[in-house]
Amino acid sequence: MKSLGSIRRSFAPWADPASVPFIAVRNVTKKFGNFVAVDNLSLDIYPREFFALLGASGCGKSTLLRMLAGFEQPTSGEIVLDGQSLAGIPPYRRPVNMMFQSYALFPHMTVENNIAFGLKQDGMPKPQIAERVDQMLKLVKLDKFAKRKPHQLSGGQRQRVALARSLAKRPKVLLLDEPLGALDKKLREETQFELMDLQQQLGLTFVVVTHDQEEAMTMADRIAVMAHGKVIQVATPPEIYEAPNSRFVADFIGDVNIFDGTVSAAGPGAVEIATEAGFKVRLASAEAPAVGTKAGLAVRPEKIRVSRDKPSCAPLNAAEGEIWDIGYLGDMTIFHVRLKDGKVIKASSLNAVRAVEDPLGYDQQVWISFDENAGVVLKD
Amino acid sequence: MSKFGSAIFNRLVIIIPYVWLTVFFLAPFFIVLRISLSETAIAMPPYLPVFNLADGISGIVEKIGQLSTANYEFLASDALYTNAYLSSLRIAVVSTIVTLMIAYPIAYSMAKAPTSIRPTLLMLVILPFWTSFLIRVYAWIAILKPEGLLNQFLLTLGVIDEPLIILNTNWAIYIGIVYSYLPFMVLPIYSSLEKMDHSLTEAAQDLGCTPICAFWRVTFPLSLPGVIAGCMLVFIPAVGEFVIPDLLGGSETLMIGKTLWNEFNSNRDWPISAAVATILLLILVVPIMFFQHAQAKADGEGK
Amino acid sequence: MVTWSRFNIASIVFGFAFLYLPIVLLVIFSFNESKLVTVWAGFSTKWYVQLLHNQALLDAAWVTVRVGLISATVATVLGTLAALAMTRYTRFRGRMLFSGMIYAPLVMPEVITGLSMLLLFVAVGLDRGFWTLTLAHITFTMCFVAVVVQSRLLSFDRSIEEAAMDLGATPVATFLQVTLPVIAPAVFSGWVLAFTLSLDDLVISNFTSGPGATTLPMKIYSQVRLGVTPEINAVCTILIGIVAMGVLVASVVSRRREIQRVKDEQAAFAL
Repeated sequence: MKSLGSIRRSFAPWADPASVPFIAVRNVTKKFGNFVAVDNLSLDIYPREFFALLGASGCGKSTLLRMLAGFEQPTSGEIVLDGQSLAGIPPYRRPVNMMFQSYALFPHMTVENNIAFGLKQDGMPKPQIAERVDQMLKLVKLDKFAKRKPHQLSGGQRQRVALARSLAKRPKVLLLDEPLGALDKKLREETQFELMDLQQQLGLTFVVVTHDQEEAMTMADRIAVMAHGKVIQVATPPEIYEAPNSRFVADFIGDVNIFDGTVSAAGPGAVEIATEAGFKVRLASAEAPAVGTKAGLAVRPEKIRVSRDKPSCAPLNAAEGEIWDIGYLGDMTIFHVRLKDGKVIKASSLNAVRAVEDPLGYDQQVWISFDENAGVVLKD
Repeated sequence: MSKFGSAIFNRLVIIIPYVWLTVFFLAPFFIVLRISLSETAIAMPPYLPVFNLADGISGIVEKIGQLSTANYEFLASDALYTNAYLSSLRIAVVSTIVTLMIAYPIAYSMAKAPTSIRPTLLMLVILPFWTSFLIRVYAWIAILKPEGLLNQFLLTLGVIDEPLIILNTNWAIYIGIVYSYLPFMVLPIYSSLEKMDHSLTEAAQDLGCTPICAFWRVTFPLSLPGVIAGCMLVFIPAVGEFVIPDLLGGSETLMIGKTLWNEFNSNRDWPISAAVATILLLILVVPIMFFQHAQAKADGEGK
Repeated sequence: MVTWSRFNIASIVFGFAFLYLPIVLLVIFSFNESKLVTVWAGFSTKWYVQLLHNQALLDAAWVTVRVGLISATVATVLGTLAALAMTRYTRFRGRMLFSGMIYAPLVMPEVITGLSMLLLFVAVGLDRGFWTLTLAHITFTMCFVAVVVQSRLLSFDRSIEEAAMDLGATPVATFLQVTLPVIAPAVFSGWVLAFTLSLDDLVISNFTSGPGATTLPMKIYSQVRLGVTPEINAVCTILIGIVAMGVLVASVVSRRREIQRVKDEQAAFAL
């Protein structure tokens, strides 16, 4: 059996110009009165993709999901699913199902009847319903709880009932609204992997809405980062993290240090920026912005080294400062280093050995440095 | 000292209302029961025997021997009373159903109203409840009379050629009960619908239910506690209703509350009225316990 | 987003028309010139003037108000205690019976309550009159107060009481300084409800009152039996006016407070 990773690595329909999107969102705008919740948004989602809509609350991600489910109609634009326009099709006739944030389990029905609900609406014969319900219960490992009512279940069990109920009809697309939001941290991490396995196993298209970047990074094939009703960047998790297309995305995903500066030289494959912090940076970059333009430079904390000695690359990609704060997290330590101009830089280092002989302490004079391919140039 | 004081405080919180209700609400029922077993007499109080502590134990025992079930036998033998009970129950059942059918759409629409206007709507439903029952029933007389406003209106429109006779018929009683008790039905249904998670109906639609199907499969079953509470709040008092049959009903209308009132105020037959009340209470004791149970459960959930 | 359909609007409009039309007509015809309450003959306030000269009616009104004030106040105290007992002490002997005695009067047909209380007063030899009337009103209105206050207590954050006790307040002090101020609006609306119920009651009053203690509803009832007159409409209009004013003032006050609270909060955040 192939591992999940090996299947995933080869899965990239968005890179193939011949592949046809399964869900196509075309210039969709949704207004509530004067408020624009979704602003002229276009998006392609491919079959069997695990797609995440990531953004802060109010960014329009839930509205987009609800338009896919049919609870809201776009003010303008169109959504196409599997070649068929969804305009005017009510939620109960759409081949998509949704897992609600609150789970929305019917409190007056048993687990069994909750799962069977959608099948009954389709008029499926009773024996087949029983069989499918059984199958779903086994899938989410709740076969012993078939006769329970929702209030007799734990949070994690309810989440799985909601999942089973939305999967029972074998929808073409499963929409998940903050599916793990109500679970505690440990359960959430476990469930993330369960969801991924399930999606692979069933070969379905998942669209998940979340505000939790870690969740999106772990589970999704691709992430759409949203703000103010617009998609800022759509890319795979590594691309989003390592090559954010904007200051917003760089800042939104993970921790980042952003240096502002001016392009001082640009050659093939490399850029030089004079930062406002007073040191020069040379970065590997495919694009070459014009000399003299303003540019930002993003460097992740784990890519910054902190050392007592002057690094060999200095004065390029290095600056002097003093240790301002130390946060010891066990697996790693986070340093806040204050540069000469007062800017505080975050750097993290992995604690690869149990005890360092002479650890860095508060107020020490140190150097920070990073490699030429550690940072990314932000154009805006 | 303070500990002692607080213990007393805790006790008093329970004891004072408990004793009050026992003396003024519960104990009287036993007196009613006792008097229902007495004979009518021309005296004050107008019944025999009258228990008196001065009689001593032997005297009281002797008087207990004088108690009889004659009043109940009389009630059972006279078709007037049986008919009054049955007709009260029938009128109460029909009015409860009609009230439910009118109240549910109102409550449902209120629960779906924009949140900003909901408090106003709620106040508008409660407001009639604060104005006198008697006044609200009285208002209908002028409307339902043969020469009343409803008939004038319908005659003007040409819907009818001659006045409808509504006042002093059972129709008027139904209208009166439905009208007077409508808020009692709307409020519990509204509160059960209002706290319902809207995503439940969305989930039902997402799973392939049309809006109407979602209503019957999800919304309505979940509003049943409110429906039951509302029905009890209408049915129980309606069975013993006096003002409405007295003012709007006709002479042929039999309702037990009116019968009791007449026995007591006109015939001054206290033992018979007590017997009528006892049986009415026995009929209502099951629905009342049901109501109390549902209410206590609803309060328990609120915790 | 929830949509309000045409069906919803129609239900509300028809429902409220049904609830309010009779009352509105009653008020309109209290200003009728003619003695007939069904034929409009021009505007007049003569029936109101006539009321002022009806001494029996004024006496009845005065009795009603006194009974209402006394019984509502006592019922509020008792009802609040009962609500506390119900919510705070979930387990005590006879709790089932206690909650039964709270809920049953809410639905008990008035003829039964009235008759049984009368028979109690006769049995213990109390002369029927103002005080028996007041006792009866206290008893049936206190249960409504208990229910109103109880629903507030159920959503009450007990930790603020625990905080008070943690800071050294005795249970009595905690109740007076922390609990009561918080539930005060509910207690107040309980009082208003008890007062209006007392003001409106006919059946129980008729059983439990005696000579010299005729209330306004009793007076109205005896006149209604003789026929519908604009004078009764005028009395009813005044009663409705009083109640509506009371409810309006109460809701305006509570809304003002709410707005003030929101403003204060915003000011606090702005700082």
